[in-house]
Amino acid sequence: MKSLMAILLIAFASSALADSHKLAVPANPKWQTECGSCHMAYPPQLLTAENWRQMMKGLDRHFGANATLDAKENAEILAFLERYAARDQRYSANTLRISDTAWFQRKHREVSNSAWSHAKVKNRANCTACHVTAERGDWSERSIRMPDGRHWE
Amino acid sequence: MTARKIGIVILFIVGSGVVNADTPPSLIAGYTTEAARATPGFAPSAERGQNLFNRKWGVSQTMPACTSCHTEKPMAEGKHVVTSKRIAPLAPAANPERFTSPAKVEKWFRRNCQEVIGRECSAAEKADFIQFVSKGGRV
Repeated sequence: MKSLMAILLIAFASSALADSHKLAVPANPKWQTECGSCHMAYPPQLLTAENWRQMMKGLDRHFGANATLDAKENAEILAFLERYAARDQRYSANTLRISDTAWFQRKHREVSNSAWSHAKVKNRANCTACHVTAERGDWSERSIRMPDGRHWE
Repeated sequence: MTARKIGIVILFIVGSGVVNADTPPSLIAGYTTEAARATPGFAPSAERGQNLFNRKWGVSQTMPACTSCHTEKPMAEGKHVVTSKRIAPLAPAANPERFTSPAKVEKWFRRNCQEVIGRECSAAEKADFIQFVSKGGRV
């Protein structure tokens, strides 16, 4: 029984690790700057290539804001996004919102409404409200700080 | 090419970069020249810049004014009204990086004027605005 527990624990830990590892990308200053000025630069792995193509086509109406780039920068950034995009439909959303993907919804299913509507969070686009180290690439559960200051349990 | 010649060439490139670096005054001067073509004798005004900045345009529901995200104090940090991301101060006195890259300045005028005012800003408005924030928001 003990060994079974150990195996389960290792399996769980490595799947959690695999998830956070998947979100690492090589440094790309252009993507970081252009996609990270109004919100954190969301990891390319969190949407499919088709989603990113749609997104980069509609930057003049980017979730209600004008986020246009010149054609060259747009193409360069899209190539980077496509290269690291998800291949799995669990990371796809017709709305192009990462928070509407099946993956995101499952991952956040235990987050309470009061946490989502907390003044420090306000919006599902605000990853770093709880994933306080996400901009350094650390999305691990142990680094989560809920808006009330508590660790994620 | 000898090492010494290469060194001189490098010094020249680095040196010319420093000479050509843009500053808030050089950007104001550029926009002023452009504005003076349409309005002879145009001179930038911090007061007009402040009016532009504080005015509730009401074009965008989420961002009715520049101050929706940047606050009314150019020396202070702002906060994106939708995403809550921190925005570095607009005033060069609080944020020396501001108004040092013409491409970046044009990009943000293009986006934010469209967004908040519903049209592109004129060269005169840009000159007024940079004048206003360069004075730390005092008129």
